[in-house]
Amino acid sequence: MMENVKIRIKDLNLYFGKQHILKNINVEIPEKKITVIMGPSGCGKTTLMKSLNRLTDLNPDARLSGSIFIDGEDILHTSEDITKIRKMMGLLAQRPYPLPMNIYNNIAYGLRISGRKNKRFLDRRIEHYLRQVNLWDEVKDRLRDPAGALSIGQQQRLCLARGLAVDPEIILADEPTSALDPISSQTIEEKFLELKSNYTIVLVTHILRQAKRIADHVVFMYLGEVVEQGTAREIFENPREDKTKSYLKGLFY
Amino acid sequence: MSKVSLTRAVRFKRIQVSRHLRDKMNSAWMLFTMVIVVVMPLILLIGLYLKSAMLLNQHSIFHLLFSKEWKPLSGEFGFFPFIVSSVWVTVVALLISAPVCLLTSIHLTQYAKKWVLSIMHPVIDMLAGIPSVIFGVWGILVIVPAIGNYVAPFFGKTVSGYSILAGAIVLSIMIIPFILNILIEIFKTIPVELSEASLSLGASKWQTIKFVLVKKAFPGIVSAFGLGMSRAFGETIAVLMVVGNVTQIPTGVFQPGYPLPALIANNYGEMLSVPLYDSALMLAALILFVVVLVFNFASRLLIVRYERHF
Ligand SMILES: Nc1ncnc2c1ncn2[C@@H]1O[C@H](COP(=O)(O)OP(=O)(O)OP(=O)(O)O)[C@@H](O)[C@H]1O
Ligand SMILES: [Mg+2]
Repeated sequence: MMENVKIRIKDLNLYFGKQHILKNINVEIPEKKITVIMGPSGCGKTTLMKSLNRLTDLNPDARLSGSIFIDGEDILHTSEDITKIRKMMGLLAQRPYPLPMNIYNNIAYGLRISGRKNKRFLDRRIEHYLRQVNLWDEVKDRLRDPAGALSIGQQQRLCLARGLAVDPEIILADEPTSALDPISSQTIEEKFLELKSNYTIVLVTHILRQAKRIADHVVFMYLGEVVEQGTAREIFENPREDKTKSYLKGLFY
Repeated sequence: MSKVSLTRAVRFKRIQVSRHLRDKMNSAWMLFTMVIVVVMPLILLIGLYLKSAMLLNQHSIFHLLFSKEWKPLSGEFGFFPFIVSSVWVTVVALLISAPVCLLTSIHLTQYAKKWVLSIMHPVIDMLAGIPSVIFGVWGILVIVPAIGNYVAPFFGKTVSGYSILAGAIVLSIMIIPFILNILIEIFKTIPVELSEASLSLGASKWQTIKFVLVKKAFPGIVSAFGLGMSRAFGETIAVLMVVGNVTQIPTGVFQPGYPLPALIANNYGEMLSVPLYDSALMLAALILFVVVLVFNFASRLLIVRYERHF
């Protein structure tokens, strides 16, 4: 491979109880590129994303085996504090989940957790990240309002700002635009293209056109297995596997 | 149109009419039963008021609520000792059950494996359904002697064990399953994605629970305790069996007390030849009813507003 590999998943298997959800996953995710994960519903995309920052730990029935190397360190078998690993990855979910507090504190939360409590510092950072997601002008006069009062599109941008504020290296986005209107979707997409010069982005999407617009690298999954992976050009123009071909033709979702 | 389909259309019409009628009748019945459900407490309230009016005509309500003198034979009806006793047992019961309920519900919904919750749920339901007299008996056999022989002497007091504390402990055992059930439901409705959001920002699990989950659930938690409180305030038999039933203003948890429900249950039908006595008991019932109603109403209002808010 030409690029630096940021995340290397090796022989990853995941079970929920007796169900075998992820089967022998081997994936390499390049640094400072957008890697798109595609595949029909229920094939395990969300589960794979959650394994990356070990949110699967939350499910007491989940069992993982294999390795996930981030910058060469195996995060499944590390003595490192799990909160540090998670902080390294910003998470953007399918729908926005603002924390039950006001707009200001939604962003201040992560900073305070990591010990940054100086008021002036917080003010500056919060403005900076709200500007970065083009939200500042819309909310600057109501930073003390509950975040739940924002529109869905605004909430999703707030969630992105909140994730960026803790200074991650990786952004995990699970169908981040599926609940948004076209304009808000476009804002997020453009943001990603901008952000990729500084962040490694992993994006799950069902929208083929979106994938074609922004993907550098594509991973195609089917029923818990990785069927094919490669650069966007390889996958979109010259897919090798039949399953990939028919998915790209829109034969199944 | 052919003849067949025409008759079919007519028949269809007839069926429709009769169904329509049945719907109407059903909704009339439903309306009637609903009205009963709504009007019943109102009738109760008016009845209690009319019965206690005699006493209220003779003394001001303020005097009745805050006077310490309870001497029915000389016409003195001060409810203060009973009100204070009720507040004591309720508050102490809540202080005991609050941390237990909160920590247990958090453990069951956030830490325990799924099968633990699925076993605990019916167990909790079962506990909630045990008749209160059984808790009373258990209180007499276990709690009262334990307080009299061990707990109170430990604090340097010599008492019988029939006390506010005994009442509160028995009460808390009774309301814990009730509150716990509500809290588990509340924590279960919080989407796991919210925890994930907090964790992905670098928060630990405990920080997530403290700053995000409890905050999100806070109005629900308050109203769960409000509902538990109104239950505790009105609970009669189990408390009556262990609380001592001495007419005095208790100044500590080891002293006996005499809560309002016990007053009513112990005396109604006994000393009704004493003038105004039954009117006084009705007033006690009215106070009880209003307090429980207010707590219940406020708690439910809070739940509704909280559901709308998030
Ligand atoms: N908490 C869970 N417990 C048990 N099984 C689960 C759990 N979460 C997901 N699964 C199962 O794991 C499989 C993969 O689910 P996942 O959510 O990863 O799919 P997905 O590819 O993200 O689908 P979609 O495109 O619809 O979001 C599904 O079969 C699902 O039923
Ligand atoms: Mg998914």
